[in-house]
Parts: sequence; C-alpha cells; structure tokens
Amino acid sequence: MVFVGSDGQLTVPTAVKIVIAGGFGTGKTTMVASVSEIPPLRTEELLTEAGVHVDDLAGIEGKDTTTVALDFGRITINTKVVLYLFGTPGQNRFWFMWDELATGAIGAVVLVDTRRLDSSFPSIDFFEHRGIPFIVAVNCFDGSQMYTVDEVRHALDLDEQIPVMLCDARDRASSKAVLVGLIQHSMNRLAAV
Amino acid sequence: MTGRDDWWYDEAAGPLVRPYAMVRGRTRPNAPDLHLVTQVRASSFASDQTSLTVEHREIMALCARPLSVAEVAAYLDVPLVVVKVLLSDLIERGDVLVQTSTPKIPDRDLLQAVLDGVRGI
Repeated sequence: MVFVGSDGQLTVPTAVKIVIAGGFGTGKTTMVASVSEIPPLRTEELLTEAGVHVDDLAGIEGKDTTTVALDFGRITINTKVVLYLFGTPGQNRFWFMWDELATGAIGAVVLVDTRRLDSSFPSIDFFEHRGIPFIVAVNCFDGSQMYTVDEVRHALDLDEQIPVMLCDARDRASSKAVLVGLIQHSMNRLAAV
Repeated sequence: MTGRDDWWYDEAAGPLVRPYAMVRGRTRPNAPDLHLVTQVRASSFASDQTSLTVEHREIMALCARPLSVAEVAAYLDVPLVVVKVLLSDLIERGDVLVQTSTPKIPDRDLLQAVLDGVRGI
C-alpha cells in the first residue's frame, strides 16, 4: 500500500468492507455485533441540501439538515488487512449513502425477515442493478415461521446463482458462516468473469 | 457566518453547533478521497503540535495506530464531514499519512486472505 508522506516505511493495512443490508429491524446491527472484534461503532453523516439530489429530500419536510447513522464493526484479518462491516441506514431516503458503502465492497449480505419479506426488495434491487455480489441471509427470529431456502428464493424471485442461507444473526458462528458464504460467492463471481 | 450561510442554525441544528465550530464552519475537506474505510495514521515525524486544536491532537493520539476515517469519527463522536475536514488539516501539515488509493474491488488474493481470516475468528 502506498502512502504519501516522508516516512514511507510506516505500513498501514489494506481496508476492505462488507455491507450488511436489509429492511428496518432485520438484525443488521445484531449481525455486525456478533462477529465484530469491537462493540459496533456509530458514526453520523450529515445530509444537506448541497449533498444530495433534491428528490431525495422528500419526507424531510421543514428540515434543512438531517443525520444518517451508520453502525459498523471491524475484524482484523491479519497485520496487512482489516475488514469493516457496515450496516446500511434503515431508511430508504438515504440511498446516497449506499453508493459510498457499496463502492469497492467485497459484497453485501441482504438480511431478510420472512415476516416482512417486502422490506428486503429495495436492497436486492440496489445490489442487482449495480452488479454488486450479494447473498441473502434469512434471519430466523425466535418464533418466526420457518421457510425453506427454496421457498424464500421463490418468494424473492432470486436468480439461481444468488446463494440463500438461513442464519441467526445473534449467533457468532452463524453470522461467520454467512460472511464466509458471501466471500466465496464473490470469489466465484470473480472467477467467472 | 452571515446571510445564507447560517441557514442551518435553527432549533434542529442542536448539537451540530459544536462540531461545526471545531472546523470554523468548513464543510469541504481539502483532501479528497477520504472514504469511510480510508486508513489514516499519525506520522512518526509529526510537526510541533502546540498550534493544533484539542480535536486535532485527539486525532493524532487516536491515529498512533492505523484507523479508518469512520473509526476516527466514531471515537471522536463528530459527524464524518467534520472529521474529514480535521483530517485534511493534519494531512496538509504532513502530520497524518493517508492511503492514496480509492476503494476498489478486491482481487482474488485479497479475497482469499479475507476468507481465511474470517474462518479463523
């Protein structure tokens, strides 16, 4: 990695990121928390008139600025690589943030709550249209009705190549398996190009 | 700040006042390409810090180890745009070193390293 400055010997890790997307309340921050080596951090981006297309301000009546909260976690892969996990802002009006989150990302996990399948449609559309590798992870909440992977795939009208996994976002091993699934999917996509 | 520049000083602005006072109202960082995960690190040859603000010095202390822009913002508890302006000041002084590349899609070797790393947690 190249750094500006006079002391070129200092090494700084390469940063990579994975986006955890999905509708409001699907467990994005829970998943980040279950695998992150630090408690999830929160940072805020300011949305201003200048920073976003006018159309995107619909729904923020009477307010010139608002903040978008981003929750994220970190996994130090080794001394040279660090992985960041970003939960997407829940509200759809913050699409402009998604572009920055998705740029250069390994890929995305779209978390799905089967009780509210439709809340995941915007996320799936976003990554499909931008050609960003993604997998669907069904967060099996306590007491929520269980569906098979095929039923979810059919209900979401997913392409056959998109992996669908069942998970428990609270469980570290389960969330880890989802990340492994995504990285493998991204590698397969890369190999297929 | 006068005229149209102070439009955001309304009731809703609330806690924004202090962060923006830190950067004297600037909202455009001079250093481009500061992304969420861009890694920054304090230079081991940092210049005299007596002229720096408290916030600048906090960043210097945080960045004794490499951190992302997003982490610096979170630990400093200021909006991203504010931390980008503060980091730009330090980068211009040569006190903070920054990754120069913009985020690009990882290659196979990098993905393999990430895969091995995640499996190992």
